[in-house]
Amino acid sequence: MALAPSSSPSLTQTDVARIRSEFPILKERPHGKPLVFLDSAASSQKPVQVIDAMDDYYRRYHANIHRGVYHISELATEAYEDARRKIARFIGASAPEECIYVRNATEGINLVAYSWGRTNIRRGDAIVVTEMEHHSNLVPWQILAQQTGASLRFVRVTDDGLLDLRDLDRLLDGAKLFAFTAVSNTLGTVNDVELLSARARAAGAVSVVDACQAVPRMPVDVGAWGCDFVAFSAHKMLGPTGVGIIWGRRELLEAMPPFLAGGGMIGVVRLESSTYAGLPARFEAGTPAIAEAVGFGAAVDYLTAVGMDRIHRYELELAEYALKRLGELKNVTVYGPGIDHRTGVISLTVGDIHAHDLATILDSEGICVRAGHHCNQPLMERLDVAATARASFYLYNTPAEVDALIAGIEKAKAIFKIA
Amino acid sequence: MNDFSGMDALYRDFILDHYRNPRNAGTLEGPDASFEDLNPLCGDKIRMDLKIRDGVVEDVKFKGRGCAISQASASLLTESIKGKKIAEIDAIGKDDVLSNLGISISAARLKCALLGLKVLKQALALKYETADEEPAS
Repeated sequence: MALAPSSSPSLTQTDVARIRSEFPILKERPHGKPLVFLDSAASSQKPVQVIDAMDDYYRRYHANIHRGVYHISELATEAYEDARRKIARFIGASAPEECIYVRNATEGINLVAYSWGRTNIRRGDAIVVTEMEHHSNLVPWQILAQQTGASLRFVRVTDDGLLDLRDLDRLLDGAKLFAFTAVSNTLGTVNDVELLSARARAAGAVSVVDACQAVPRMPVDVGAWGCDFVAFSAHKMLGPTGVGIIWGRRELLEAMPPFLAGGGMIGVVRLESSTYAGLPARFEAGTPAIAEAVGFGAAVDYLTAVGMDRIHRYELELAEYALKRLGELKNVTVYGPGIDHRTGVISLTVGDIHAHDLATILDSEGICVRAGHHCNQPLMERLDVAATARASFYLYNTPAEVDALIAGIEKAKAIFKIA
Repeated sequence: MNDFSGMDALYRDFILDHYRNPRNAGTLEGPDASFEDLNPLCGDKIRMDLKIRDGVVEDVKFKGRGCAISQASASLLTESIKGKKIAEIDAIGKDDVLSNLGISISAARLKCALLGLKVLKQALALKYETADEEPAS
């Protein structure tokens, strides 16, 4: 693969070499082989800047936030809120307080389902979701529907792995909420969030976007998207585990009751009742993941410095190269749409080799891929496949690692005696 | 011989043979004991049907989908229990299944190797627990 010339908004070989040098884990040698990490869609690796920011917090200024009047508590509070401001800017939020810290995107979606959902969804209402949702953007709506007596409607997936939008207006007719992913975690399909949000709004439905795979790998502007809620996790975008964001439009968040209750989210507390804090504190009960928020801020700094346009472009180049190489192999099936509608997440099967066996053989070569149903069981049924192996690329991967994947697949075919 | 770093030992011919040509594949009509289970994390699935007469397994069939390790292990297990007394089957443990497979299984794949045994034990537990609860006639 020819890496893009420096005039193109991608990453050069020099950029990638520098980036790789900043990820300590890439020096590891599992089974004596160089680590080829192709599972960033599950969780990305962390640069030294993120690890150091968290380490620095614990070594120099750890204290609870919004509580102490002493110096290091003020430092901790400032770092926690500074990270929120960075994240808000990163996704184009109009104000930091629209970004609520949660544990991960799953908790963010549950927050909307419990708080907004139980306030606004009534018996007989309709909730629309898609067939390509991760279980975390499906099961919360199933539970909401069961508990309120609402019904679920489904946007189906075409054979090409795209959303089938022919029936969308009929599905949205009278619906209260439309939950969909920006990028499929299994197929890499990139959905048109602007279009889907606009259609939801026109139908009077609130839109909830699972942006777990989108925010790490492409420029995102929630204002341009025109949606109502957006959920994503830090750990998929170079940040630590244990922290994520649910972004919501201010007027919606302000009208929502608390989700979790406790310290930090209150106004005045009396024995019989309490008033609640404003945004964002109302939704952040209890001592939050402070070090993780600090690390999240450092991750956003890192991605911003590299440039999301360039990261997106580079990942597409890797995906295009991988699709080309995979296409040259006999008995390899790649799922999902063509390069124009996808990003660097590639699901595949090889002959009659089960995805687990393929992943085990790739692991023996130091190559990490995900194998299984990817928390996407209805989609796997739609594709009529029990399990796939999934390779996903990120800014620290290289064309040579695509070559290693291809060689690993060739080895698996040899072991299983497949042409 | 290529250097397959142990992978050719893991996926040796007889494992692939049992994977592609599972013994005792299928289902039984009116089984005396039956159970189906899956590994929800990976989707491997196995159903096992047994015909039991006078405390002896007369026939056994299994149906499943999953990786070579889980399917070959279940296939081997069905071969080893046909004609065996229930008491003998009760005594089969994890180590017996692994030594029957004859390959070294990593911790991550242990659940695959043992799914067939788990299904077999649950089928028998279900039958004999239910039988215990039936009033003597």
